[in-house]
Amino acid sequence: MNTTLDPIENLVQSDYKYGFVTEVETDSVPPGLNEDTIRLISAKKHEPDFMLEWRLRAYRHWLTMTEPKWANVHYNPIDYQSIVYYSAPKRNANGPKSLEEVDPKLLETYERLGIPLHERAKLAGVAVDAVFDSVSVATTFKEKLGEMGVLFCSFSDAVLNHPDLVKKYLGSVVPYTDNFFATLNSAVFSDGSFCYIPKGVRCPMELSTYFRINAANTGQFERTLIIAEEGAYVSYLEGCTAPMRDENQLHAAVVELLALDRAQIKYSTVQNWYPGDAEGRGGIYNFVTKRGLCKGRHSKISWTQVETGSAITWKYPSCVLLGDNSVGEFYSVAVTNNRQQADTGTKMIHIGKNTSSTIVSKGISAGHGQNSYRGMVKVQKSAAQARNFSQCDSLLLGDKCGAHTFPYLEVKNPTARVEHEATTSKIGEDQIFYCNQRGLATQDAVNMIVNGYCKEVFKQLPMEFAVEAQKLLGVSLDGSVG
Amino acid sequence: MNPLLEITNLSAAVDGKPILKGLNLTVCAGEVHAIMGPNGSGKSTLAAVLAGRPGYEVAGGEVLFDGANLIDMKPEDRARQGLFLAFQYPVEIPGVNSTYFLKAALNEVRKARGLPELDAMEFLDLVRARMDVLHLDQSLLNRPVNEGFSGGEKKRNEIFQMAVLEPRLAILDETDSGLDIDALKIVAEGVNKLHRSDNAQVVITHYQRLLNYIIPDYVHVLHDGRIVRSGGKELAYELEERGYDWVTDHVKSERPELAAA
Repeated sequence: MNTTLDPIENLVQSDYKYGFVTEVETDSVPPGLNEDTIRLISAKKHEPDFMLEWRLRAYRHWLTMTEPKWANVHYNPIDYQSIVYYSAPKRNANGPKSLEEVDPKLLETYERLGIPLHERAKLAGVAVDAVFDSVSVATTFKEKLGEMGVLFCSFSDAVLNHPDLVKKYLGSVVPYTDNFFATLNSAVFSDGSFCYIPKGVRCPMELSTYFRINAANTGQFERTLIIAEEGAYVSYLEGCTAPMRDENQLHAAVVELLALDRAQIKYSTVQNWYPGDAEGRGGIYNFVTKRGLCKGRHSKISWTQVETGSAITWKYPSCVLLGDNSVGEFYSVAVTNNRQQADTGTKMIHIGKNTSSTIVSKGISAGHGQNSYRGMVKVQKSAAQARNFSQCDSLLLGDKCGAHTFPYLEVKNPTARVEHEATTSKIGEDQIFYCNQRGLATQDAVNMIVNGYCKEVFKQLPMEFAVEAQKLLGVSLDGSVG
Repeated sequence: MNPLLEITNLSAAVDGKPILKGLNLTVCAGEVHAIMGPNGSGKSTLAAVLAGRPGYEVAGGEVLFDGANLIDMKPEDRARQGLFLAFQYPVEIPGVNSTYFLKAALNEVRKARGLPELDAMEFLDLVRARMDVLHLDQSLLNRPVNEGFSGGEKKRNEIFQMAVLEPRLAILDETDSGLDIDALKIVAEGVNKLHRSDNAQVVITHYQRLLNYIIPDYVHVLHDGRIVRSGGKELAYELEERGYDWVTDHVKSERPELAAA
């Protein structure tokens, strides 16, 4: 019989399809970080004074902080003086006025990534902000959205054109003192996306940002700020890829969401940063702070993430449920293959009355991958009748990987109801054989079983993304099973 | 007529322990064979080896399926060629919709037979027609494969899959175990309805009672990895009356060298 090859052994070979490099002339600052670097970044972006001051306050605070060590991940110390904090493709003085003026090489890059930036292209229902290294290179459907009062632009544009909104909301959910990586981001962030949905408006299309790291030795520090006014609704997607390189690159982002009365924000991520090679060389350190504030009554913030890339993932998209009757959700699929490490989860902070939260986390470990779920459910004294349901499942492919669960519970109101369920299972040889016996090849069987396991999370994604996520999962676990 | 399945002197081991020790069996199209035997005689091992389950090592002998060497084929290829195993313990696959699973399986089988794949509508038409045969509740199709099914539902689901995939050779591994008499009748009725002149069934069972409802053309008694007695359906009744000791004692007295093994 030629079935003696362990099918699961073979699944640790993955094929990263986005590892190419785009040759563009760049405008970069020298590596290293000090106050001058920050002044330079701010100057390059023609920022108003309040922005520079905010950055400097963050930087000075950062100098007093130390890198967190509590996560269940291991890596060599990061030399913050060897990182390039700003790198942008060269362009004429004021940047492209329209899509026609964007460097064709950049358009081609996004085309290759499956993100066409032409507004008439097939992603007609999705507005895209394309961030390339440190800057946004294009934002589509700006005018169309503008007709409804929806602001969707790069963060730099927002600082220049809507400084009052930025001033009012920047740091209101994740203050610049929040944590080591968020504080670093506050000092050096270079771009990102800004969305503002006015009162009562249901955003007519999906908004999305596609992050691409291209330059070597460069860190990407972007910021996203989404504000949904009373009764507004928006669904926002983000995707990310990077070239294959032998050295590690740092990606330290901050995302802030703010939902006012009855507003709803749905935030979906498909994270596919370069994960490093089979021996663990290279890959992105994805150290991200994401938080949403349900400030208004009956507001709702829902995070859905599919994390397949990055050498190390450290992120905990969280909800602060301040408004009475507000709802927080977190749906996550995290895959670690080869030498990847992930420490991810969420925090649900119940403050308002009748607040409720749902956590569904699906970890998949293969190869030598290490996958940790870390989650906190905190019910404050004021949060009468708060409810939480958490479900954390781990699936192991093979016997060299690991799954860990760290749930923290803090309940200070006796009327709260908190439920936690957790399972760990191995993908069964008997399940694979059952599929084989019905005519399905092993790779198809594994994909089917893993997708079934993730179904609860995938069904939260917008349709196009769900299909994309399923394919991505297939690629991440693809092997040489023949 | 060429036999559909021809097993010659098959021996197989699990974890280095020999289980099958020179088994011979020939099955032709249109036939129903029952394989009976006490616990540990090798019945389920035979089913596993034929289906290609990992961990079962073939130590010697030959198995031809429609003239082709079965042992060299991957499990999925055996299935695509028309070999079907109704599992004794069907596996649950959480989150995978039964309809989706079965459609993927059927299309693999159809591809191997050179038939066009069925689209969702054509597949549903086919499925509805086959469901009636087994008195299966339609809602089972919308649930994940075997997840939360009762024991009886799982077994019926196996026969239902068989009805959709239309195998040339179906092996039923202790399909009767754990079924109450009503479920047993339904399963047997399904199996009988699926029986045709161009396919064959091998029914593995410990008890004679299933054979009250599925009438075999041949009955074989398996003991210590070999078929020690073959006969018509009367053999099953005789076994029921006299117990397996009757056959195994007989073997010992006739062939003492086997008893020592």
